[in-house]
Amino acid sequence: MSRATMDRASRALMDQAARAGIETGMDRLEAQQPQCGFGQLGTCCRICYMGPCRIDPFSSNGHSRGVCGATADVIVTRNLLREAVGGAASHIGHARHVALTLRAALAGDAPYRIADRDKLLAVAQGLGIAIEGKADTAIAGEVVAKALEDFSRQDGAPGNWLRLRTPKREFEMWRSLGLLVSNVHNEIEEAMHRTSGGNDADPVNLLLATLRMGIADGTGLCMATDLQDIMFGTPQVRPVQANVGVLEAGSVNVAMHGHNPVLSEKILEWATRLEGAAAEAGAARVNVVGVCCTGNELTMRHGVPMAAHNLQSDLLLVTGAVDAMVVDVQCIWPGSAQVASCFDTRFITTEANVKVAGATHVAFEPEHADEEAERIIRMAIGAFTARKGKTVHIPDETASGLAGFSVEAILAVLKKVDPADPLKPVIDNIVNGNIFGAVGFAGCPSPKMRDTAMAETMAKELLKKNVLIVSTGCMAHIFAQAGMLSPAATEQYCGDGLKAVLTALGRAAGLDGPLPPIWHMGSCVDNSRIVTLLGALAEKLGVKISQLPAAGSAPELVQEKAISIGSWLLALGLMVHIAPVPRVLGSPVATKVLTQDLEGITGGRAFVELDPVKAAAGMLAHIAVKRAALGI
Amino acid sequence: MKSVFVDIERCTACKSCEIACAVEHSASKSLFAAVFEEHRPQKRIHVEKALAFAYPVRCVHCADAPCVAACPNGAMARETALGRVFVNEERCQGCFMCAMVCQFGAISAHPRTGIAVKCDFCPARLERGLAPACVEACPTKALLYGEEEDLSRAKRSAAALAVARAVGRTAGLPADASPLGVLRSLGGK
Repeated sequence: MSRATMDRASRALMDQAARAGIETGMDRLEAQQPQCGFGQLGTCCRICYMGPCRIDPFSSNGHSRGVCGATADVIVTRNLLREAVGGAASHIGHARHVALTLRAALAGDAPYRIADRDKLLAVAQGLGIAIEGKADTAIAGEVVAKALEDFSRQDGAPGNWLRLRTPKREFEMWRSLGLLVSNVHNEIEEAMHRTSGGNDADPVNLLLATLRMGIADGTGLCMATDLQDIMFGTPQVRPVQANVGVLEAGSVNVAMHGHNPVLSEKILEWATRLEGAAAEAGAARVNVVGVCCTGNELTMRHGVPMAAHNLQSDLLLVTGAVDAMVVDVQCIWPGSAQVASCFDTRFITTEANVKVAGATHVAFEPEHADEEAERIIRMAIGAFTARKGKTVHIPDETASGLAGFSVEAILAVLKKVDPADPLKPVIDNIVNGNIFGAVGFAGCPSPKMRDTAMAETMAKELLKKNVLIVSTGCMAHIFAQAGMLSPAATEQYCGDGLKAVLTALGRAAGLDGPLPPIWHMGSCVDNSRIVTLLGALAEKLGVKISQLPAAGSAPELVQEKAISIGSWLLALGLMVHIAPVPRVLGSPVATKVLTQDLEGITGGRAFVELDPVKAAAGMLAHIAVKRAALGI
Repeated sequence: MKSVFVDIERCTACKSCEIACAVEHSASKSLFAAVFEEHRPQKRIHVEKALAFAYPVRCVHCADAPCVAACPNGAMARETALGRVFVNEERCQGCFMCAMVCQFGAISAHPRTGIAVKCDFCPARLERGLAPACVEACPTKALLYGEEEDLSRAKRSAAALAVARAVGRTAGLPADASPLGVLRSLGGK
């Protein structure tokens, strides 16, 4: 794709990069073409050293097995499970890190606190912890113990968070299918074991293991969200600015990139505490901006501007105006350190398992969070001092919208309409067709899909037909930049039914205008919030999630994490739209099971469509079928 | 006339050329759709093992092609515009006289119809000014598409350079150093 098809801000920065001789991801994507057909079909096996083997999809002379005898079906399903392991390990590791931070805080060893008592009590009660007469810290201690049990128990009983966050119909379905996950670490071990040389070679069994890995991922997502809400607060609806124009030439710009708010919350705190030092250096202020999902965490809880989605993480540095890009874990491009080196920008890694050649490493441990956060902000101020007076290239694009749609925040709005039965107005409007259905958009922007504005085009098609959209992750950045998180977008894009509902809700919420048509529900781990909301609706209606007029989409698949989250949604019974093509088409069995047979097992179904209009049409048809089955 | 050349030292045996060839000869011309086609498209290039190397073998489109001479029906023909040898499928009876005389093993049997299948030099691509699909797909540039004369000229230059280096006192000089520059660099030594 050419840079002419990108959004204006990205295009301006790509042109600037070209003028400055800086290579970007788009240049590298072009240089990587054409990409390997075996890889794209998933039929390359590198698991043992008799290989590497690859299965020719067009073979007519019998060379259709690897050295060990593995067929394309075996190779594809093993590879798919390993992708899901990569994704689930990311979220499970994230959750464990947050749990350990909370434990350290409760022991007085780390400078964090319980920020949301209500959430703590709700989670504790959900976990079956008696709360009467106990101090908050004691309750939180028990919550942490329950969390850590999910990484350590060996009794085979269903995990604590699985029980906490799985609606009862889905829980029973998983029990009957043998999909209940006990210990998430064991699950990862089991999956790596079964895909290692000479183990599981039954493609259907491997696909079931992928669903289990998705369920393990769901545990990680839910646990991370819950514990983060307890420690940093549950998001409330708040205004936010988006796009690279939120950088300020005269301020110390600190871009927080990655996923884990344990670091970024402290950075934000110290940005305020060191305003004086910034002023002494001649800066207007310390301007903390968010990139990717750690950005979303800050946006949801503090309204921190959403400077860039993942695909723009390099481009943001091309402005020359970022004084420090501070990263924690996941989605950090190695190329960013190289771009940073062209400027005074400090590219700072913080986690022991995410170091990048050419970056400055500041080992961040929750126990010394204050010291390290202060050090990082002072490094940023130092970089500003070096940059001061130099030319920067900040495109002036910004957009405004609303963020902070946690389930609690949504229910707070709905309670203003019906305090006794908050979900009733939503269900009434689904039944009467004002809300035709709901679709969740999650995941990354893909350099392969931006030329059709895949996500925005799909969303516009769906909103026109009165489909309410919720979004997380970098998808939310894309929608924010497109102005689609704003009340004005409701007027611009929604069908009459959805417009009426959002207008009434906006009025109830005390806003000037309607609620936005796309609700920003958080970071990638906050896909948990979407499932919690769907679960609540399904319970209220007395149906399974698979019966709801709803679907999910990762319209610009990039990361393994999308594979594991998608597997969780498939296990829950949702249609999951994916583009570009996942690496399964080399296997007739995997293709058929994921796109057809699974619907008869969990109710879920993978839907691959690369054309945005056709993708939206496919989801609308799915929603129509679900409505008809419900008799609405 | 342009041909496809192989630099055997660059071939990593990834078989990307094979896949691209099959896709180019599919009904859909798309990898993701081709795997679902009822009749699997046939590749016409084959990566073969050769000692420690791998070598992509395809029809070299001989100027004086024995397969054309051997064909009893005139099904194997040479088209001068694109410089290619191709099979006229309506005339081919599947006797494989062509395969018997071909020195490169470039001719296969179609699994369904039994007639000859071989590299057709991607005429639709060539007419659009594109390189053949196998060449475009090669990630290491082991497959090259160009004029015979350019290939030979490049080889002559390389040979000349090797001799020049061998006669000494030129180590470290760039290959594109001008003759005058070389003389100046030698002066006084």
